[in-house]
Amino acid sequence: MSNIQKINRRDFVKIFGLTSTGIILGCNISSDKKEFIPASNENSFSPNLFIQIHKNGNITLMASRSEMGQGIRTSLASAIADEMEADWKYVTVKQAIGHEKYGNQNTDGSRSVRTILEPMRKMGATAKMMLIAAAAQKWNIAESDCKAENHFIINQKTTEKIFFGDLIDVASKMPIPDENTIQLKKVEDFNYIGKTLKSVDLKDFTHGTAKYGMDIRIPNMKFAAIARCPVTFGTVKSFDSSAAEKISGVEKVIQLDRIVPPIGQFFGALGGVAVIANNTWSAFQGKINLDIEWNYGENHSFDTEKFNELLTKRVHQKGKLVPGSKGNVTNAFTNAEQLMEATYHVPFLVHTPMEVPNATAWFQGDKVAVWAPVQDPQTARAEIAHFFEIPIENITVNVTFLGGGFGRKSKSDFVVEAVALSKKINAPVQVVWTREDDVKHSFYHATSVQYLKGSINEKGQVTGWLQRVALPSIVSSFKPLSDYASGFELNQGFTNNPYHIQNFRLENVKAEAHLRIGWMRSVVHIHSGFANNSFADELAFAAKKNPIDFQMELIGKDQIIERKSDYPYNSKRMKKVLENTAKIADFNRKRPENYGIGIAVHYSFYSYVATAVEVSVIDGNVKIEEVWTTIDCGLVLNKDNVINQLEGAAIFGISLALFGKITAKEGAVEQNNFFDYQMTRMKDAPKITINIIDAMNQPPTGVGEPGVPVIAPAICNAIFNATGKRIRTLPLIDVDFS
Amino acid sequence: MITTLKINGKNHQIEAPEEMPLLWVIRDIIGLTGTKFGCGVAQCGACSILVDGILVKSCSMPLSFGIGKEITTIEGASGNLEILREAWQEGNVPQCGYCQSGQLIAATFLLENNANPTDEDIDNAMSGNICRCGTYPRIKKAIHSAVKLKNQGNE
Ligand code: FES
Ligand code: FES
Repeated sequence: MSNIQKINRRDFVKIFGLTSTGIILGCNISSDKKEFIPASNENSFSPNLFIQIHKNGNITLMASRSEMGQGIRTSLASAIADEMEADWKYVTVKQAIGHEKYGNQNTDGSRSVRTILEPMRKMGATAKMMLIAAAAQKWNIAESDCKAENHFIINQKTTEKIFFGDLIDVASKMPIPDENTIQLKKVEDFNYIGKTLKSVDLKDFTHGTAKYGMDIRIPNMKFAAIARCPVTFGTVKSFDSSAAEKISGVEKVIQLDRIVPPIGQFFGALGGVAVIANNTWSAFQGKINLDIEWNYGENHSFDTEKFNELLTKRVHQKGKLVPGSKGNVTNAFTNAEQLMEATYHVPFLVHTPMEVPNATAWFQGDKVAVWAPVQDPQTARAEIAHFFEIPIENITVNVTFLGGGFGRKSKSDFVVEAVALSKKINAPVQVVWTREDDVKHSFYHATSVQYLKGSINEKGQVTGWLQRVALPSIVSSFKPLSDYASGFELNQGFTNNPYHIQNFRLENVKAEAHLRIGWMRSVVHIHSGFANNSFADELAFAAKKNPIDFQMELIGKDQIIERKSDYPYNSKRMKKVLENTAKIADFNRKRPENYGIGIAVHYSFYSYVATAVEVSVIDGNVKIEEVWTTIDCGLVLNKDNVINQLEGAAIFGISLALFGKITAKEGAVEQNNFFDYQMTRMKDAPKITINIIDAMNQPPTGVGEPGVPVIAPAICNAIFNATGKRIRTLPLIDVDFS
Repeated sequence: MITTLKINGKNHQIEAPEEMPLLWVIRDIIGLTGTKFGCGVAQCGACSILVDGILVKSCSMPLSFGIGKEITTIEGASGNLEILREAWQEGNVPQCGYCQSGQLIAATFLLENNANPTDEDIDNAMSGNICRCGTYPRIKKAIHSAVKLKNQGNE
């Protein structure tokens, strides 16, 4: 039987030629896949890598993407189950290890559903077809006389039925169906897709039994904390560990050199001095008691305040013209009825997922095992193979639950640290970052300074729009001296803003990186969303127009713009979300004194979002009263999950608007923990209403991120509406409203 | 020191320095990992536990504080905690789930002391617990529905 399974799987992969869909890259998957062949083979059947049907009817579905709160385990499983006609109550979800046989597992860019929904549905459909074939053979009738329904195959002639679990013996001997014969269900026939399914992990989440990275326990494992240089890429000059070694529980103190990534790929690790202990707290205590002298290196002079001044100066001079600019802004400005100028500032930000970066590694000579909360297990695996010269097949990366990711956990520097330490001490070790480490040594969301200039004609229409962007690039983390925002960054809401403006000029302005730059939820859209919507609101006010009408005009006529992707931009969909938000927020209602409302629209990760925020500003205190968001994200996989994500995005956006600010002096980040890098709390959390546009016949687009970029500008526009004070620099905690 | 810690009704013989925070005793020495580390400085509430019924941030209280007392963690049970769990599941509250141990313990403490909290009571009681995923609206709703569930049960 196991033979048949192996052949089945290999054929399956071949048939699907799944490289094209990006789901299974390695067609020559090895036949030795014990993890998919259950110990008691006779009790289950796996039609493919993602599905295992057990004799008792239970179904185990494999989640290939990391769960970090976006509900992916539930969503992907529900798509397979729907096509299989499985009964959800029999479904359990298992997390896949990091392996190319699962296709690309990188969980970022709000693209999991977008890219692997269809392959997952096909996996489910294939299983269904094989079960039908098995039943048809048993009954000796045509397959077309059978149908699958709620975990049974039904004989449509006699209404006899057979339970899925009772078919596995025969089904496992059925040939894999030809891909061309697979028919996916129609939207109106979905049982689970588009409906609300609760998370499959609720029981574990509410009993403390979900295992996150930090919860991994291995016999004889050690715990480690690492002191890293306060200045990025600084190195250890010398250190005295005598005080640290006196701490009870501390076993060893060792130096860890920086692991420098090769140009163009990987993240490496910062290095520092590591304290090895037999519990986390002793490791933390040991670290505090280290006395280290550092070579600070060239980033020592970095000062965010001076850097902001420098960028501000630069954006007031000409930058490099960016392709995608059109028309002639100079003419537009000359002929303008009114000209407006504004400069916007967004500080550095950090992700602070609730669970700090951590990883457990066990280096065993020619083998490495890792347990870690990683968004991108395959890159973690490739880094280990590269830096420690271990054959990739000898490296196992087990993906735990992620206590939040937000982009931080797609950089596996913390995994590399754990492997390096395990190698040095020859024992399994869990590296745990303190919250201070997380705040001070992250891959930061870049700061930005933007200069905008716009012209309005006598009808109050926008005729010209100049935008200069200074933004340290993420590319700098892979390639030193990348001093300008890259093309992919400018394509996040700058070159492709939702506005239809005849004369549009985008300029790229130099901005060096002195911290490690990374991506954080919504990435560069946070900058473009903030400046675009703030400036649109300023122009609307100058034109004496209602902000909703003005945004409508800016979005302009109905048009579909084909860009280099399968997802053309459709201005109609943009206007629809705006219209809906204006309606549910009752935007034009007159608000009481000291209350105001603001609007923002943004197009990101191929989704269309409009948000209105109501604020009050009383006695110098800004309160976010209410948030209304409408999204069009195409086909919705799990409705309540989309709502949950959008609610979370609003809170995430409020955190960055109210509090988000990382500063550095003498090269070192100044913030420490949640007392000086604050988060939205229950008392700051407004009422939130989420509407989803019904677009089930459109392909699914991003959900996790698109709700964030609109929040800060909508808040600032609302503050202007309430007080007449225009906010161009985030965060609001620095603004005096008294 | 060698001592006994009573957690969720069960006695655990342990050896640990008396100044070690309860969080790490519970997680690393006893091995109950449902109680979470989020900040270590009493800012986030991920490490919330009940000590003799009082809400405590276990990252900031030493082992010595817990000796001779009844400790409840998320792995434990109580009438209110059970009802809150039900309401949490009903409302599909968690996203990443990481903060939810602490949220549930804090909410348990609230309901033990206030059978029918208002929105404002909830804001005050729950603002020591950070949820980076932003599940606050659902937590608030779930606390209200737990109260309803409980009242239904009492009828
Ligand atoms: S870990 Fe104790 S309050 Fe944050
Ligand atoms: S659910 Fe993720 S931090 Fe609260």
